[in-house]
Amino acid sequence: MDEQSLGQRLHIDFPLFFGILVLCIVGLIVIYSAGGQDMNLVYRQAVKLLIALVGMIIIAQMPPAEIARWSFGLYVFGIILLILVIFYGDIGKGAQRWLDLKVFRFQPSELMKLSVPMMVAYYLADKTLPPNILRVATVCVLITLPVLLIAKQPDLGTALLVATAGFSVLFIAGISWRLLTIMGGLGAAGAPILWYFMHDYQKRRVLTFLNPENDPLGAGYHTIQSKIAIGSGGFYGKGWLNGTQSHLEFLPERSTDFIFAVFCEEFGMLGVLFLLCIYLFIISRGLYIAINAQDTFGRLFASGLTLTFFVYIFVNMGMVTGQLPVVGVPLPLVSHGGTSMVTLMIGFGIIMAIHTHRRFLSF
Amino acid sequence: MAKEFNLKDQDHESGLIARRVYISAFIILMLIIMIISRVFYLTVLQHDHYTTLSQSNRVKITPIPPIRGLIYSRDGVILAENKPTFSLGVVPEQIDDIDETIGKLKEIVSIEDSDIVRFKKAVKKKRRFENIPLRLNLNKEEVALFAVNRHRFPGVDVVAGLNRYYPLGAKLVHTIGYVARIDDDDVKSLDESNYSGTTHIGKLGIEKSYESLLHGDVGHQQVEVNAQGRVIRVLDRTAPKPGENIHLTIDLSLQQIAIDALENRRGAIVAMDPRNGDVLTFVSSPGYDPNKFVNGIDSKSYNLLLASKDKPLINRVIQGTYPPGSTVKPFMGLVGLENGVRVNADESWCPGWFSLKGHEHRYRDWKKQGHGHTNLHKAIMQSCDVYFYTLAYELGIDRIFEGMSRFGFGQITGIDIGGEKKALMPSREWKRNALGQAWFPGETLILGIGQGYALTTPLQLVKATATLANKGHIIRPRLVSSTSNSISNEVNALHNHSENKIELSNSVYWDDVITSMKDVVHGVGGTAWRSGLNAKYNFAGKTGTAQVIGIAQDEEYKKEEIAEEFQDHALFIAFAPVESPRIAIAIIVENGGGGSKTAAPIARRMFDHFMKYRDLITKG
Repeated sequence: MDEQSLGQRLHIDFPLFFGILVLCIVGLIVIYSAGGQDMNLVYRQAVKLLIALVGMIIIAQMPPAEIARWSFGLYVFGIILLILVIFYGDIGKGAQRWLDLKVFRFQPSELMKLSVPMMVAYYLADKTLPPNILRVATVCVLITLPVLLIAKQPDLGTALLVATAGFSVLFIAGISWRLLTIMGGLGAAGAPILWYFMHDYQKRRVLTFLNPENDPLGAGYHTIQSKIAIGSGGFYGKGWLNGTQSHLEFLPERSTDFIFAVFCEEFGMLGVLFLLCIYLFIISRGLYIAINAQDTFGRLFASGLTLTFFVYIFVNMGMVTGQLPVVGVPLPLVSHGGTSMVTLMIGFGIIMAIHTHRRFLSF
Repeated sequence: MAKEFNLKDQDHESGLIARRVYISAFIILMLIIMIISRVFYLTVLQHDHYTTLSQSNRVKITPIPPIRGLIYSRDGVILAENKPTFSLGVVPEQIDDIDETIGKLKEIVSIEDSDIVRFKKAVKKKRRFENIPLRLNLNKEEVALFAVNRHRFPGVDVVAGLNRYYPLGAKLVHTIGYVARIDDDDVKSLDESNYSGTTHIGKLGIEKSYESLLHGDVGHQQVEVNAQGRVIRVLDRTAPKPGENIHLTIDLSLQQIAIDALENRRGAIVAMDPRNGDVLTFVSSPGYDPNKFVNGIDSKSYNLLLASKDKPLINRVIQGTYPPGSTVKPFMGLVGLENGVRVNADESWCPGWFSLKGHEHRYRDWKKQGHGHTNLHKAIMQSCDVYFYTLAYELGIDRIFEGMSRFGFGQITGIDIGGEKKALMPSREWKRNALGQAWFPGETLILGIGQGYALTTPLQLVKATATLANKGHIIRPRLVSSTSNSISNEVNALHNHSENKIELSNSVYWDDVITSMKDVVHGVGGTAWRSGLNAKYNFAGKTGTAQVIGIAQDEEYKKEEIAEEFQDHALFIAFAPVESPRIAIAIIVENGGGGSKTAAPIARRMFDHFMKYRDLITKG
């Protein structure tokens, strides 16, 4: 077990690190093609990657018990920031999401993607599992509050992701199937009430969100173009740098949210299978770490993070292949962009911390 | 002991968690199979279909903004139109180095730093594949020069568009308002899809309140493009639905007379048809040029407007609040009659001043030597202050507030443009809430002559005058009489009916007051008799002179000694003809001195024109 002990000392989980690295390299290769063979874009992304990787390793040095102690403060801090955004936020693309901190712009909803599952895990960790109805209700409030604040920005996509992250922890914590069914029913019943209180323009946004084909100049255009790119790629793909749809500039946001379409066009079905294998490898490693974690917080949080990671993949691929509404979710670790990359890497840093700080005590 | 329990519990829980993780893993596997089958469906089963599409995929969808509706005056003169313009548009996605491109473009067309700032701001907000204007209003030489050099600038093109233009400029700015570039605040509430090709939006006046009608619905077209994204031909086109044209109630010739009469002095003139609420004249003076605002006014010009002593940006007709002065007297008289405090013939003795019992303070009449025995008719005709001091005192604040509120004082009129102010009709309750004080009887007295806390907008005043002319029928003033479809020319007339009626216990009261108002201009000794001389029709009016500053007890008002901005406001309300009113008017000339001298002659000029023009003269 020499190899593992090196990992333990550096607090790096090598299998996970290896999987992430492969994904990032795939990302850089596709960005080079999608960005019109612009080396600058690749350099910029590589720099962001390095920063994020360093961040991941630093986070991995922290003992999980230390991380757990941050949960509540971070959660409250995030809520305050979300409220600030409503009052002082910058507007980009029609929604208030950013806080301008002069030095850099910061998106508090991004923080909540980590903080909400962390808070839920922290809250449930010292309670008996499965959680009783009262605790489930508390968790629901903990999740709903930031989700409503994010939905108000309005950023429905992120709101849904944050909600998924929180509820996945609750699911792992063993919430009874009966409660799960009841909550689903309540959610379905609550939607029409929420609808009643929405402004006309908010309703319009939700309708476009649900049915992009209604909006041929906006979201619908993306889906039409990305389906053409994927379909024309075929089983073997058109080959790297040979994708016509992306290079003729039909495909919008091709190096960010829609990079999967470029990947499909150039590497085909075969490439997709390869990519999914890497993702599956990372996910299984994450879940393995979760099961083998030493405390409940570690188990809950690691599995919550891993499930959220999968949800990103699923939502992005579903959106690009035209099965899910178009929401601004990048393909994790492949899409160009810094913010989501940093969030993901910090998440993986935490997973590594949970795994590498285990102590093997002999009783 | 506790630790042991905890350990057992841990085992149970880790088993539970592990089970849930396995279930999750199973769900993940299922979903991944779903994605794989979807990709399989697209790449293998539908491969031929999408290959065909991709080979013929040189089609882009672009929005076509609708053409904004035009605005016409009552007489069919165009007041807001769309002029063709050319701008330089840039698609950021198609350009490697934007700064370098701008630098090269500068050699051909002039690009100011402010253009670049605005452009960079827009780049951040729009999507990368959208066309963003860099320079607006290119002249013909610049368009030609760029056309020759176009091949050097992929991603840059001349975009033809339409620019809003107001041919009459300042004359109607407070009525029509203007459009300007869509800003962050607008984006929050508008339908982004419908405005995807639109650059301007109504910001003020008619342009704002009728935005949804004027704008129309966006269209889109599928265009074939070459490898650089340049349009080769249009394949399919869904035409936009142009905005509706809007026809105003404004009578341009009457508007012009009002503007000429004010000679750019500070003031407001508003005239309306008491039958249907059509606003015939809507002048807030001075105005400013709305065309400067359309593509963004430079801050220097804007600061000049803001700093101007004349406050041109204020819409005095709906936002200017003035003490109504003696123009309240006819209404106050009606409130007195209706409440049974006075009958028409009741007289007050006017020695030139009035004092409350047990108080030293003398409330003065404008006429130092007094009006002697004065009944309502004489009190309105000669504007006797003492009569109304006593009337107000007998009525008391509560009945005054209730009665004047029925005429709409202190309430918005509901005209079809925004920004209207409520002004103020004071009451005990208001004073308690706003000032935290009880109401004093002296304040009731000066309310009787329209001074003190009372404030009114010119539009409120004209609405009240129209109500009087209508003998109680209240009508909402309006600026738009109809809309028309710019394709089918189909006219859609908007109807405006009287909403409410003030029912008096005896309808003779209306005639009492109207006769008195008629004698203000036609009677011997009426305050505005000069303005009524030789008129070929009968009209009724009431002068008003509103004090801007208080005059001390032992002082006299000497015009020469007072700076212009502290001189009295001149007011006049009137309607014509008395027998079947067709026009009601309210005039305010700020610091214009006496109402009879400054404001009433303007009404006469406008009535003369209106009656002749409408062929309403039957007398002599």
